[in-house]
Amino acid sequence: MLRLLIDPVACDAYGYCAELLPEAVSLDEWGYPMVDGRPLPPELAGAARRAARDCPRRAITVRERAGGH
Amino acid sequence: MTLPATDRYRLLGHPADLAGHVAALGPVPLPSAGAHRWSDDFAALLDASGLAGRGGAGFPAAVKLTTARSAGPGGTIVVNAMEGEPASDKDALLLVRSPHLVLDGAQLLAAASGARCVTVCVPEGRDQVASAVARAVGERAAARYVPVAERVVRPPDRFTAGEESALARWVESGRSLPSFRPDKSTPLRIGRHGALVHNAETLAHVALIARTGAEDFRARGLAEDPGTCLVTVSGAVAHPGVVEVERGTPLIDIAQRAVPTGPPQALLVGGYGGAWVAPAQFATPYASLSLRAIGATAGVGVVVVLGQDGCGLMESARLARYLAGQSAGQCGPCVYGLPAIADDLTRLARGQADRDLVDRLERRLAQVDGRGACRHPDGAVNLVRSALRVFAADVRAHAAGTPCRHRDARSRLRFRSVARAA
Repeated sequence: MLRLLIDPVACDAYGYCAELLPEAVSLDEWGYPMVDGRPLPPELAGAARRAARDCPRRAITVRERAGGH
Repeated sequence: MTLPATDRYRLLGHPADLAGHVAALGPVPLPSAGAHRWSDDFAALLDASGLAGRGGAGFPAAVKLTTARSAGPGGTIVVNAMEGEPASDKDALLLVRSPHLVLDGAQLLAAASGARCVTVCVPEGRDQVASAVARAVGERAAARYVPVAERVVRPPDRFTAGEESALARWVESGRSLPSFRPDKSTPLRIGRHGALVHNAETLAHVALIARTGAEDFRARGLAEDPGTCLVTVSGAVAHPGVVEVERGTPLIDIAQRAVPTGPPQALLVGGYGGAWVAPAQFATPYASLSLRAIGATAGVGVVVVLGQDGCGLMESARLARYLAGQSAGQCGPCVYGLPAIADDLTRLARGQADRDLVDRLERRLAQVDGRGACRHPDGAVNLVRSALRVFAADVRAHAAGTPCRHRDARSRLRFRSVARAA
């Protein structure tokens, strides 16, 4: 089960994640990404990893399990 | 500072000097050399006591010890006397009155976790507290009373400076910033070694539990939320001050210890990141589960009485503005969201709401909730949501353009903590 974790300290509201992964990420009115915390469907795994890789602030982690290591 | 009679209770009223402290309570029960099982026994004792942290988060002390032990020996016990809540005086009073009790608790946890240093954090500006602790530390060193070195340090006096990861970071690097820690079971670190951060009052409980046992601690309070706690009562009261109450004491009974000047309109419970409570719920027990059930939080031990002549929305707008200004400035939703929420609430309280204001405010609260590295924005969101709920009639009137008739009433809130101890 995949989950998206966003480090709010690192995040600088570039917003690429919302473009790459609109199914799971929306932006708040100040441009910061919001994720709902639900597991990602498996078909989004590739897009999620790409969003993590392309984040200029390296603020996104794709986790295998909530709270896991 | 008004003090209640303390003979029935535990924390306050112990001798402030080391000789008196030891005469009254006996020496701190540290392990003798070669006591192999002591650390495990102590951890079991803490677990049996059910002690939860008294600094706001209410985390079980035994779980924190387990996490700290997993970091290995050589760590630091950080005594958190930051008391960033402006309406709280309890830790300042405790450290001035009973510094040895707090330090003993830190020494016990140092022994149980293999820590090599006790660092007491008293914010800049609170010199009376710092000198009381420094005097106690000096007495203990001179008497060779305890094995682990103790020192006092002075972080900046900010609301978020006492958040445990911010405090550990400040001790390490001089930067007072909370860390993003999605997994709280990972030990905090200062350099390579572990850091165990505990609120000052929590440590005083630890010192007493080690001397008189878990059952004695559990003899007061509730089975699921045992012991006593310190609460600072202020606002529309004749005798503001710190009281010690059993967990589970009805909120109104706590307020009454400080003698309200009239029937309260509402109570602010748990601190400035806490929640307003309406009169229909004044009998709610001061305990984590009961308060959570009504959308409040035990938080830090604070009760502020709002009198009939106060405007809850205007007071909440002041609180929201204050909390926005106290952001550590790291996370976007907190940096931009809290000022926007404070603006909305101020306009609402002044009767200057546009048609969309309440919906916008609700949406912003949902956008900010849970989105910081620390819980600072969550506290602000919870406070504002409670205001919209408890002062719902005022919200309707003000949203319709009627400003509050009490909007110019003097604020009863304190925005700077003044450590006043008798």
